Amino acid sequence: MSFSEWLDMGGYGLYVWGSFGMTALCMIVEPILLRSSSKAARRRIARLNRLENNDA
Amino acid sequence: MQNRLINWFKFSSPATFYPLAGRLAPIFWTLALILIAIGLYMSFFVAPTDYKQGEGYRIIFVHVPASLLSMFIYLVMAFWSILGLTFNTRVSAMMTQALAPTGAMFTFISLWTGAFWGKPMWGTWWVWDARITSELILLFLYLGYMALHGAIDDRRRGDRAGAILVLVGVVNIPIIYYSVEWWNTLHQGATIKINQESSMHETMGHAMLLMGLGFWCYTVAAAMVRVRTIILEREHSTTWVRELIGDKA
Repeated sequence: MSFSEWLDMGGYGLYVWGSFGMTALCMIVEPILLRSSSKAARRRIARLNRLENNDA
Repeated sequence: MQNRLINWFKFSSPATFYPLAGRLAPIFWTLALILIAIGLYMSFFVAPTDYKQGEGYRIIFVHVPASLLSMFIYLVMAFWSILGLTFNTRVSAMMTQALAPTGAMFTFISLWTGAFWGKPMWGTWWVWDARITSELILLFLYLGYMALHGAIDDRRRGDRAGAILVLVGVVNIPIIYYSVEWWNTLHQGATIKINQESSMHETMGHAMLLMGLGFWCYTVAAAMVRVRTIILEREHSTTWVRELIGDKA
């Protein structure tokens, strides 16, 4: 079986890759978003701490 | 005897749960990667072609695990909601909050892959069939919970309101699960049967199981990372968070 035959999935290529592709996209994007929101939270808290320390 | 029991309430404090979640996350990311890698290999190269549905049937290797997870995550949120309402523990509500987006994501994946199954197999992307409609309601329950929780400024009130919404919505889970038996619908019956011989080839079952376990580990890891961010944001004025983060950019 050639690679292009495998990609074709017996005529179901669009449906199989449409399903696996969207699943992969979601499960790659979510961890990236989690990482960036975690970093953003740390930056916010560090800024609050700096403001507080400057006031004191 | 008393001191040999694990004191589970110890972990109901955000300050002790935060480092625990931090240790669990990398373990579950690794497990998820390994399980999904083997699961994908088996889905495409080990499981045989289906005699009726050709290669198109391989969609079930993401569709079934995502659908099961979409329901399971909701049940776990209901579990944390009961704990939160009963013991008034903050971490319970934070866990419910941390699981919701991942649950919504798997529900969306379930509906999406279902449409990509429906088009070639049944000739339609969408139909208002009992199972598909109740799964769509599950997506609205997740989104409704997130919107309600986010809309209430008082965190503790938001936690309680969210927990009640989650518990009311639990009625939808058996409806999704048994819909194919209760109603005569377009969606086909269960592929995995708990107490009967399964209706598929053994390697197909193994591939699906690996993918399911992989998705489950992914969910745990994602929830642990998200709950840490939630803890930081909600506890930002406490001494331990301020000392942990410091004031470096």
